[in-house]
Amino acid sequence: MAKIELKQISKKFKDETIIENLNLTIKDGSFTVLVGPSGCGKSTTLRMVAGLEKQSGGEIWIDDKCVNDTPPGLRDVAMVFQNYALYPNMTVRGNIEFGLKNMGIAKQERERLIMDICGIVGLVPHLNKKPQSLSGGQRQRVALARAMVKQPKVFILDEPLSNLDAKLRNQMRTELIQLHKRLGTTFVYVTHDQVEAMSMGDEIVVMNKGVIQQADTPMKLYHDPANQFTAEFIGTPAMNMMDMRDMQGLEIRSATVPGYAGFRPEQALIGAGADSEGYEIEGEILTRESLGAENIYQIQSRNGVFFVKTFLAPLETMRHVKVTVPYDRLYYFGLNGERLRGVEASSKRPAAVGGR
Amino acid sequence: MSVWEKLRPYSMVAPAIIVFSLFFIYPIFYMMYLSLFDWNFVSPDKAYVGIQNFKDLLTDSDFRQVLSNTTIYTLLTVTLTTSLALLLALWLNRKGVFHGFVQGAIFSPHIISLVSISLLWSWLMDPEYGLLNWVIGLAGFGKLAWLSHPSTSLVSLVIVAVWKGLGYNALVFIAGLQSIPPDIYEAASLDRSKPWTTFRKLILPLLSPSIFFLVIINMIGSFQVFETIAIMTQGGPVNSTNTLVYYIYENGFRFFKIGYASAAGVILLFIIGVLTIIYFKLLSKRVHYR
Repeated sequence: MAKIELKQISKKFKDETIIENLNLTIKDGSFTVLVGPSGCGKSTTLRMVAGLEKQSGGEIWIDDKCVNDTPPGLRDVAMVFQNYALYPNMTVRGNIEFGLKNMGIAKQERERLIMDICGIVGLVPHLNKKPQSLSGGQRQRVALARAMVKQPKVFILDEPLSNLDAKLRNQMRTELIQLHKRLGTTFVYVTHDQVEAMSMGDEIVVMNKGVIQQADTPMKLYHDPANQFTAEFIGTPAMNMMDMRDMQGLEIRSATVPGYAGFRPEQALIGAGADSEGYEIEGEILTRESLGAENIYQIQSRNGVFFVKTFLAPLETMRHVKVTVPYDRLYYFGLNGERLRGVEASSKRPAAVGGR
Repeated sequence: MSVWEKLRPYSMVAPAIIVFSLFFIYPIFYMMYLSLFDWNFVSPDKAYVGIQNFKDLLTDSDFRQVLSNTTIYTLLTVTLTTSLALLLALWLNRKGVFHGFVQGAIFSPHIISLVSISLLWSWLMDPEYGLLNWVIGLAGFGKLAWLSHPSTSLVSLVIVAVWKGLGYNALVFIAGLQSIPPDIYEAASLDRSKPWTTFRKLILPLLSPSIFFLVIINMIGSFQVFETIAIMTQGGPVNSTNTLVYYIYENGFRFFKIGYASAAGVILLFIIGVLTIIYFKLLSKRVHYR
């Protein structure tokens, strides 16, 4: 188990700066997920922790040791690669054993460790097969076993599920969560899939263009995004974002003038009664996606196109609908995408004359 | 189905089949046929002698020396070319102007005619005025006889063959090295594999298809060596560089012992045939790959 600290890390490839002044602490025993669109520097960050890529500046600490000049094999880090990187000329046993042999572990002990690990990941019947005769899921398990058997301080996983089909991916996802609970080792996991990140991580680091946007728990990220990027990146469908200038009828009291207002599709109500307070938008339903438990509507309004998601409600058949967004479910962002807090809102209503 | 429809596919492949049979299949069988006769190439009658030509060949001490010359030449050429090419490929397998230049430079002998190469090396290896002896002299060593003494002549020819084959062999190895995914090396470095271990346990096995291909191709090529010998040594001195194909040529077209030469040709065909069968048998077992 280990804590990882990245201090003022930067990375340049030739003239191109990928990462600049990145600071991050990965807690001991956590399941930390680095997530972001492709090219955001998450894999590069991971590879620098593993020692496969040398940072251009800054320090990396694993536990209380600066590992800047420690070669990958001696960092006590094990990695699972996206395409597994199994040794094609070796059997499953050989693949798992290779690292142990290099560590100088005696044959009997090696045999015991291999059998233990293969018991956990269910590879015992395949020990003498070569990787090319295994299925995708089995190869994935070999890659996991090869990493686990070394009992590293840190586990690094670089998009390990992206080569699996959807069903197997879900299954491996739960297995990885269980594995983390069982081992208690620090896991650092890279993915571009926010669903994967949300479902697996207990700490999520959202990155964009080499900059950490927010590092938080999944629930905090969802309910309390620090900026527009995080707000739009987390959640499916993405948070609806509207220009404040289009939000006619919304009155706000705030120190700074927000540029954008957003709300989550699942927090808007279609055809709510008159008693529900909130900002009202009228629009036409363009498409309906019925997924069984939930329905997703694409709605065209004068504020632009937005999405609404309902749960366990009958499919809305009306073409023209009124959507209500409770005031406290509105998020406000400045013109540069930063989150604005403490904004109060209400609707300009026609002056009540003799009741409604 | 009309007759023409049945015949059409055969008529389409006929030109290729005819050319192939005429110039490849027929000569092979004609050679086998001739190997059973005593014939001088011009006289109208051929004397049938059965397997006498083969008996003569196998008891002829010259022929036995030719066989041993060819085998030694092949073993030396193949081991040296393949191992040096592998070392070169390991060194050249990176990007950069310099490495690209060296790669091109060592490949260039492959596209030069063997006749030019033979003439060039004859000059370089000239015992009196050759560049090689001059360089050796500068380094303070005595002159070597190179092609003109039986003790060094065969090795001199091996040097020429290795020089010519190196570039092509290195290129095949570089292609093989580049087909190894880079993350295998990364996984190995995380597994604390030392460079020598990585080479022995991963690179070498993953290159085995290339190694195997080159060894067989080089062997078949070396067994058929002819141009360098015809131009540089004519099999001499004292038969020390006489090899199978040159021996066949000499007997057939200088001494006009066509039957005898054909018998030697059949033996060469047998050796090459065995090598080819080994190649395809082992290839189907597919050393390691993917």
